[in-house]
Amino acid sequence: MSAPAFNWFAVKAIYNFEMKRTFRTLMQSIVSPVLSTSLYFVVFGAAMGRSMDAAGQHWAGGSYGAFIVPGLIMMSVLQQSLSNASFGIYFPKFTGTIYELLSAPISAFEIVIGYVGAAATKSIILAAITLATACLFVRFDDMQPWFWLWMPIFLVLTTLTFSLFGFIIGIWADGFEKLQIIPLLIITPLTFLGGTFYPLTVLPAFWQKVALFNPVVYLISGYRWAFYGVADVAWEISLGMTVLFLALCMTGIWWIFRTGYKLKS
Amino acid sequence: MPNAATPRAAPANAGEPIVTISGLSKTYKGGFQALKTVDLQIRRGEIFALLGPNGAGKTTLISIICGIVNPTTGRVVADGHDVITDFREARFKIGLVPQELTTDAFESVWDTVSFSRGLFGRSPDPDHVEKVLKQLSLWDKKDNKIMTLSGGMKRRVMIAKALSHEPSILFLDEPTAGVDVELRQDMWDVVRGLQDAGVTIILTTHYIEEAEEMADRVGVISKGELILVEDKTTLMRKMGKKQLKVQLQTPIKAVPKALSKYKLERSDDCEELTYTYDASQEQTGITSLLTDLTSAGMRFKDVSTHQSSLEDIFVSLVRSRR
Repeated sequence: MSAPAFNWFAVKAIYNFEMKRTFRTLMQSIVSPVLSTSLYFVVFGAAMGRSMDAAGQHWAGGSYGAFIVPGLIMMSVLQQSLSNASFGIYFPKFTGTIYELLSAPISAFEIVIGYVGAAATKSIILAAITLATACLFVRFDDMQPWFWLWMPIFLVLTTLTFSLFGFIIGIWADGFEKLQIIPLLIITPLTFLGGTFYPLTVLPAFWQKVALFNPVVYLISGYRWAFYGVADVAWEISLGMTVLFLALCMTGIWWIFRTGYKLKS
Repeated sequence: MPNAATPRAAPANAGEPIVTISGLSKTYKGGFQALKTVDLQIRRGEIFALLGPNGAGKTTLISIICGIVNPTTGRVVADGHDVITDFREARFKIGLVPQELTTDAFESVWDTVSFSRGLFGRSPDPDHVEKVLKQLSLWDKKDNKIMTLSGGMKRRVMIAKALSHEPSILFLDEPTAGVDVELRQDMWDVVRGLQDAGVTIILTTHYIEEAEEMADRVGVISKGELILVEDKTTLMRKMGKKQLKVQLQTPIKAVPKALSKYKLERSDDCEELTYTYDASQEQTGITSLLTDLTSAGMRFKDVSTHQSSLEDIFVSLVRSRR
């Protein structure tokens, strides 16, 4: 008997292993991120949002509460994709069980599909639950007609990109601290400054230009456009940038496996 | 299915090379040369023991064959497949039990073994997993989480994982390191059972006793060089010495001239004479020695013989390279 040309059994084994890990730690991996995002809806959407709406500014989505929903989902998705994918590949490195992955008849491509596929799946489940929760607190009035087409497209592209990015971090990290540094010190500030809570137009002209160097601006803007058809940046540019980030992460992964970086000596 | 009662006939291609290592070397980043041009052939169906002190390059050699470390130069062909250019087919045939006990603590025994089978590209087969677990006396632990198992049981789990995809070549890196005597015997029985089932086994060890007990052939590796590969019995015969020690009733000042042809060694306390001979010869000279000793008027307190073990051979080999 000879080895399969494409090792589906291995992809399935890794994917199931990772999904099982998610459900084993349900509180930490699903309940806690949904709860913390819901707190934002309650505080900013329902409570503070009322006075923001009374100030008379028009918000995309019809109310401040609706305005922040896409950005908050995006924030949660970015963080969870990163931490789930990075932990998934870092942990076998940490415990040493990575030997099995390296000695198995499996290509880099198949390994990535398994790990990144599971991380992205989890993020999408999270996004769906968060969106459903948002409906309890926020009224969605101004949806764009193609919402059900574009929302999933932007969501899937972003979760894939950040799961790939997380995978790279997991391979690069050689300690738990390094695993946390990028999500905490880079991604969280970029999300807060990336237009989750305000449209870029409220910034002074100079800072509007600076904000365009923040990659997360394009992700949030694109995702908000998918909801309400209104955005800080033209949706084509957002989509293009998202695809570009995806391509960059794929290149990074390709380089890691070609050189064996941090995996093989 | 072959009848369990009748021993399996050796495969027709037994004895031909199953793993061919040529010109293999490894220099790690930073310049440490772990392997210096190793050439080696492993024969189908044998148990090959790779013997060497710590840091000799045993694990590096195994890791290259299994795809965990990249070689600097050279080539390895496993069961007809290059381990790099044709890695899928090669690795499909290989199982690896690494030295360190690294397991997924939270998984059950059954799940982790099934996971390994999938990872190595085999479709699920509960019957095979059951067979492997029973073979390794793990069946009653199948639903236990790995973290609840003892060290010896964890070692078995790792062997079960390595066997889950029905490999034809099995690498055991220090299989009995840190395992108690009783369990070591069990492990040896397991390995012999695998050989009977047609699996080629390469084990590394620094317990000489293990190689002596198990191996068909022995390779000695020291400082990254394979300094000897030999049939175990040939090696023991070629390098093994047999000695006869005679303890005397009364100490002697010197060995009488009449006995000089025996090249006897006198111990420091003058109470013991040692005669070295070749046990494979027809004439060992023992009878005439004892007769001559008696006629020289010596009386014996005790007589004993000692055969040098693989350990003595190994120590002298490694020392001579220093």
